[in-house]
Amino acid sequence: MRGGLSKTFAVLSAAGLLAVSACGNSGDGGGSGDTATKNVTVFTWWADGGEKAGLDGLVSVFKTDCKDYNFVNSAVAGGAGANAKQVLANDLQAGKPPSTFQAHAGAELKDYINAGQVDDVSSLYKDFGLDTAFPKNLIDQLTVDGKIYSIPANVHRANVVWANPKVLEKASIDGTKAPATVDAWIADLTKLKNAGVKAPLAVSKGFAQEMLVEAVLLGELGTDAFNGLWDGKTDWAGANVTAALNKYKTLLSFTNVDRESIDWPDALQYVNKGQAGYTLMGDWVAAQQLADGVKEADYTYWPSPGTAGTFQFLADSFTLPTNGQNPEGTKCWLKTVGSAEGQKAFNTKKGSIPARSDAVAADYPKYQQAAMADWKKDKIAGSCAHGSACSAGQNNDILSALSQFSGAQDVAKLQTALGTALKTS
Amino acid sequence: MHGRIRTWGPGALVLLPTVLLLGYFVYGLIAWTFNTSLTARHTARKGPVDYVGFENYANLFGEERFVNSLKNLGVLTVAFIVGTLIFGLLWALLLEKGVPGESIFRSVFLFPMAVSMIASGVVWSWLLNPSQGEDARGLNRLFSILHLNFLENPWWTAGSRWTTMMSIALPAVWQLSGYIMALFLAGFRGIPAELREAARVDGASEFKLYRYVLFPQLSPIALSALIILGHMSLKLFDLIYAITGPNQFRTEVPAVYMWNTLLRSDQAKAAGIAIVLLAVVAVLVIPYVAYTVRQEADE
Repeated sequence: MRGGLSKTFAVLSAAGLLAVSACGNSGDGGGSGDTATKNVTVFTWWADGGEKAGLDGLVSVFKTDCKDYNFVNSAVAGGAGANAKQVLANDLQAGKPPSTFQAHAGAELKDYINAGQVDDVSSLYKDFGLDTAFPKNLIDQLTVDGKIYSIPANVHRANVVWANPKVLEKASIDGTKAPATVDAWIADLTKLKNAGVKAPLAVSKGFAQEMLVEAVLLGELGTDAFNGLWDGKTDWAGANVTAALNKYKTLLSFTNVDRESIDWPDALQYVNKGQAGYTLMGDWVAAQQLADGVKEADYTYWPSPGTAGTFQFLADSFTLPTNGQNPEGTKCWLKTVGSAEGQKAFNTKKGSIPARSDAVAADYPKYQQAAMADWKKDKIAGSCAHGSACSAGQNNDILSALSQFSGAQDVAKLQTALGTALKTS
Repeated sequence: MHGRIRTWGPGALVLLPTVLLLGYFVYGLIAWTFNTSLTARHTARKGPVDYVGFENYANLFGEERFVNSLKNLGVLTVAFIVGTLIFGLLWALLLEKGVPGESIFRSVFLFPMAVSMIASGVVWSWLLNPSQGEDARGLNRLFSILHLNFLENPWWTAGSRWTTMMSIALPAVWQLSGYIMALFLAGFRGIPAELREAARVDGASEFKLYRYVLFPQLSPIALSALIILGHMSLKLFDLIYAITGPNQFRTEVPAVYMWNTLLRSDQAKAAGIAIVLLAVVAVLVIPYVAYTVRQEADE
């Protein structure tokens, strides 16, 4: 009798504890009070290195411009936001969005738009004067169905080839001049191979291969037709796409065999150490070379062959989540992000260039000055690998198709797969 | 009436939290997942959604990527189970014979199991570098130092589905063989010495002793090992993710594909993959559970 009763009590009290802790959890979200309403929770994956420094710069401007609000850092570490995106998806699903979160500008936002998780910020562009401060063709690329859903903090260039002039000398190639076309590049690669460089083009796995395909398509099809691939105006089944993909296949034959098992910094090391002549990668390489102490004389860079005059861009941007905490504070953050001062504070440290076209070039290091000049005069193309041209789902299908191609080398199959990938959402 | 409650009441109360927690977090969520897999919930948008029946499943089985991932999984499972059983049994046999420093060898063979798969996956991704010849690194480098150049190979990055998935199974075999060894070793030790003596007295050769006397007694252990390895292999995610990255067509298995699908917010499709995976595991586990329950009832 006594034993039975005490057991019963133990169970009941355990159940009671569970109930209490459950209440504790649900009460968490309501944390009200003056400090909470002033907090602006900023979700990013900028947790270290130049990215962290850039964010700190942005925060210092925010603290002066938006004295009424507190910045709360909610960064989740992990390369290219792989972990952060999971955490963010959970928070959004649970109906507890941060005040603002980082996302690639452009079509990658489609998932959030379709899920009703981000608000239209077009009106803020007018309020902050961003509609005139950003280049017109950038705004066109950011617009999804007539609306804009985020404010870009920076711009990176994707279509850049980094070369080692000492390696190119072996085949008497001038490292400072870009080959005019993909065919000319293939001719140079052949010369290098004949001169004893076994894998003259260093390539790494995943998105690096996607960037190379995009660079070849951009060079072969031209800017308008290339942008048309992503908005449905250019046919993926066209003969020009087939020809370009065949050239991509040829390029792959000049690459390192371990391309499926290394990352882009490894590929860059192949170039720096002289094992390879070229690698194609976005302009964050400039910051990496600076951090690694590689001398400017030891490498050259130019727009990937056939794409001179086109700036293939990607941009990190900030959103206004639907039903987020403290929308007024968030708007002040977004104002800072778009402002000339905010963009300067952020980009001089992160190694990217400002999205605004009124920035002063003299404030920036050498590579960025050249990129800023191009940004003002070049045509603009999107990038699927970095979210400005396609949704996360489309990107995922393309990456899978390319990894299949890397082994099987079946051009017709790749072409069909790419076309199919763009038909999904 | 009152007396009866006193007999079963406390027991039921003790069980209740387990039943509630399992019921909600396991079976309730399985039902929820299954329900999601029947809808058109292809975004993270909340609110009402259309039911589409088994359309998501039909789409999955009509898709090259999913069928490829299932085939990869099949090959991986066979390679993993066969490899682990062979090495586990071999090591158990060697140790069972009684070698000096047995406990050291036992620990050495068992230690890999203590390493988390994501950590060993990162290291194995370096070891399985496909470069050969002068540039060889990882295992290929080791082969070339040992003048075993004919063993150098591209691992999972080239070749047929079998060579690809066997390369992926290699780290898993390395990690789990020690565990299987421990299982078999315990089995050998559990066999009474009298049986061996009796067999020897009857003039059985060493081979016949193992073949007809010892191995038959290990069959329940072999079955448990098979089930444990089988369900581990079917759910394998971390090792593959760490070695080859998230979007690798050549090595993708349903668990990795499900993760990819969920990351792009296609909840209905991800739920469909989860249910297919659950069904495959159930095909393996349910007969085993039924078999054990029947055996226990017999005893």
